[in-house]
Order: sequence, then C-alpha cells, then structure tokens
Amino acid sequence: MTMDFIQHGLGRWLHIGAGVMWIGLLYYFNFVNVAAAKAATADGTAAGIGKHIMPRALLFFRWAALVTWLAGAALLGSHFLDAFLFRDRAYVAIGIGAWLGTIMLFNVWGVIWPNQQKILGMKPASDEEKAKARRVAFLASRANVVLSLPMLFFMSASGGLFRAPML
Amino acid sequence: MKNPLDSLWGSVISGVVLTAVLYVVVKLMIGG
Repeated sequence: MTMDFIQHGLGRWLHIGAGVMWIGLLYYFNFVNVAAAKAATADGTAAGIGKHIMPRALLFFRWAALVTWLAGAALLGSHFLDAFLFRDRAYVAIGIGAWLGTIMLFNVWGVIWPNQQKILGMKPASDEEKAKARRVAFLASRANVVLSLPMLFFMSASGGLFRAPML
Repeated sequence: MKNPLDSLWGSVISGVVLTAVLYVVVKLMIGG
C-alpha cells in the first residue's frame, strides 16, 4: 500500500508536475521567446533575455525534463520493458508516448543544452560556431514541439482511449 | 521546399499529422 502510494500517487503527481514545467517551458521558448528575441534583437534590447531569462529558463527546462522521465520510468515500474518493447498490447500506447518522451529528453540534454551553452557564452565558441549552434538548437526545439503533440496524446490516451480494460 | 520546422504553425501541423499517423499505427498494433 505504501509503495503503491509512492509509485502511483506521488510518482504520477511528480511526473505530471515536472512534465507541465518541461513542456510549458518548451512552448514558452517556441510560442513566445523565438519571436520576442527576434523583435528584441531588432530594437537592441535582446541582451537581457540572453543574460537573465534564458539561463534560468533552461535550468528548470532541462532538469524538469529529466525528473519527468525518471518519474515516468518509476510509474511504469515492472512494466518498463513491456512499454518500451511493445511486449503487451495494453502498453503499446504508453510505449509510444514513452519513446517520444525519451527522444525528446535526448534532444534536451544531447542537442539543445550543449548548443545553448555555446549561444549563451557558457562554453567558448566562435561567431560561426554560435550561428550554427543557434540553428541546431532551434531545429531540435521545434522537433520537440512536433513530438510533444503525439507524446501528450498517447500519454493521456493510454489511461483513456487505449486504457487496458477496453482492449 | 521550406522546412516546416521554421514556422511555428508548420511545426504544430506536423505534430498533428504525426499524431494521426501514430494513432493508426497503434490501432493496427493492438488489433483494434
């Protein structure tokens, strides 16, 4: 009972809470910040965004992504491989969501964050390297917007439309 | 051809299309 409460009560709470922060910041970057940074660059006020907003937003963004994934893995528990290997029909929908979330996590830690470190001056980079990093980070972030839509659909559908008793 | 990821709404539409494709794939996988 206690373990069940920790795994399915607190675990789901943490998974959804951290997920809201992760995807909320992803949508902030793409729906708000891309256009805002462009306008701020045009009128010479972009420095504050790079100095004060982006480092803080990226801090919560990347750690929320990791916490979301770990809490999701804990929620799957002994069914982790059933989901990721599509071994059980009941876990196919959540398995698709889990794979999409895993690819997105890789994009955050393996692509977006290392490139943002160059853009924000946390890692040494030439102007040419910064321009390339800006493009790569932008495309990885936009790819995560694309993947987030089916990820959210299958995460919610696994407990609704595709929930096990209906199969 | 323009990269749909360069446009915010191109990205959103791509996500919706991918969702529909994966929905069909999942239905086929579970035999629904």
